[in-house]
Amino acid sequence: MISIRNVSHKYGSQNILSDLSVDFPKGKVTALIGPNGAGKSTLLSLISRQTDLKSGQITLDDVNINDFKPKDLALRMALVTQQNGVESRLRVRDLVGFGRWPQHQGRPCAEDHIIIDQAIQKFELEDISTRFLDEISGGQKQRAFIAMAYAQTTDWLLLDEPLNNLDIRHAKTLIQYLRKLAHYDQKSIIMVIHDINYAISGSDHIIALKNGKLSFCGQTEEVATSNSLSSLYETSIDVVKHGDRAFAYHHNAI
Amino acid sequence: MPNKRILFLFIFLICTLAFFLTWNLSTHVSLILKLRAVKLGGLVFVGMAIGVSTILFQTISYNRILTPSIMGFDAIYLFIQTSLVFFLSSLSYAQIPGHLLFMINMGLMLLFAVILFTFVLRATRQDIQLMILVGIVFGMLFRSFATLMQRLIDPSEFAVLQSVMFAQFGSIDESELFLATVMLLLLGIWLIKNCQILDVMALGRSKARSLGVNYDQMQFKILALISILVSVSTALVGPIVFLGLLVSALAHSFMRSHLHALLLPAAALISAIILVLGQASFEHILKLQSTLIVVIEFFGGLFFLALLSKGKIK
Repeated sequence: MISIRNVSHKYGSQNILSDLSVDFPKGKVTALIGPNGAGKSTLLSLISRQTDLKSGQITLDDVNINDFKPKDLALRMALVTQQNGVESRLRVRDLVGFGRWPQHQGRPCAEDHIIIDQAIQKFELEDISTRFLDEISGGQKQRAFIAMAYAQTTDWLLLDEPLNNLDIRHAKTLIQYLRKLAHYDQKSIIMVIHDINYAISGSDHIIALKNGKLSFCGQTEEVATSNSLSSLYETSIDVVKHGDRAFAYHHNAI
Repeated sequence: MPNKRILFLFIFLICTLAFFLTWNLSTHVSLILKLRAVKLGGLVFVGMAIGVSTILFQTISYNRILTPSIMGFDAIYLFIQTSLVFFLSSLSYAQIPGHLLFMINMGLMLLFAVILFTFVLRATRQDIQLMILVGIVFGMLFRSFATLMQRLIDPSEFAVLQSVMFAQFGSIDESELFLATVMLLLLGIWLIKNCQILDVMALGRSKARSLGVNYDQMQFKILALISILVSVSTALVGPIVFLGLLVSALAHSFMRSHLHALLLPAAALISAIILVLGQASFEHILKLQSTLIVVIEFFGGLFFLALLSKGKIK
């Protein structure tokens, strides 16, 4: 479990997170939702120690994340960020291979290569595995970066808007796949996500932030209601049942 | 099994060295050989330092068209020489013992680098682009100071200065070269141990950090290493601006790899080859007219443009 306790964060004089306390459950897919500028990405980068924590405390299985060595933290959690610009001229396979760095520290063994092959297969990158990163599409690149984080084989997987640039089929497969990882392999997944329907159908748990504060959190089917979502995004969102599944209807402006 | 291309470059360099040493060797064999060997050592050392430092600088700045000279090391060097002449007069400048001057130059350039890297980098929250910008501004400041003082001094004193404004390989001191070579060897060993981390760092700060690399610490070490290489090579022969850009472009297009274990030796070898070939043609074809650096920057520039227009450089 990742516990956030009294975490505040400022950029300049701007409050991004103020006195936030919330828990990310283990072995579940947690959707981190909220309007633009709510502090979702900041929270993710604080958890993954990309940004230094100034006030408050974050613990991973009751150990303060600041007590982990960088190497050890990389064995516990993998991160996929939004900006995926890479300057060096890399092939897709090489990129995915970097996911094994925390384990092999420059000396890959047979097992590492097997896992890299699996990751390439899982994310349907076989056909483009020898292409350069600047020669493939945005969606293919996104899948390559997710495959790299997958190859890290950590218990925690943090994804910042993983559906960016993905087409409907790949978005759907990715969400299904993340659910499988959580439910069969006991991986814990945190994803920042904007598509409210994927958040509802793809997650077990929802944490909603607004203006750096917790808006609501809990099991998805319990907390994702018309009222809570409408007040979160300040626009009318209708959660209706389609068969036995919840569906957020919010395109009614037209 | 060493890479074939690296092996090719290595053999090519050995041939160039042999050619340089034995060209037109008729009388006073031992004396000429000794003179040429020292000059050759200087060329190879400076070449390697420039090649390696440029690749490293491009890796940590995520930019293929920058060289460490943008940080104003040559400006500092010019500033130091100009102020020495300005405050001491050219006569006393010429009397400063060679290795004392070498130490002063190296020490002051390193001091500047350390100040820039520690204070500026901390103040800008590890933003390397901003640090480069600050470096450029400081470079301009020192260059302007140097130009101002150059205008104020006597023309005959300016003539003394002019000879150190371009890199010179004719007057390398043996003990300085020995010191520089030992340093290069030590840094080389450290680089061989760490070159795989550089591959990870080339992914970017956040990617490297999420893979467990202690990025900021490594970045500082590499910046320090770059400033040692640049300071020592500038103190040894004077400023060389353009060569690094040419060398890194050639190394990237020749190796076609992202691995620093291949890029760094390739850049070092290519750079040394260019300097030795340039010096040879400068001595024997151009008969010592103009200076080596003008030759390299002119032909290097043309060659670079040709490669660029053919799309060989990416």
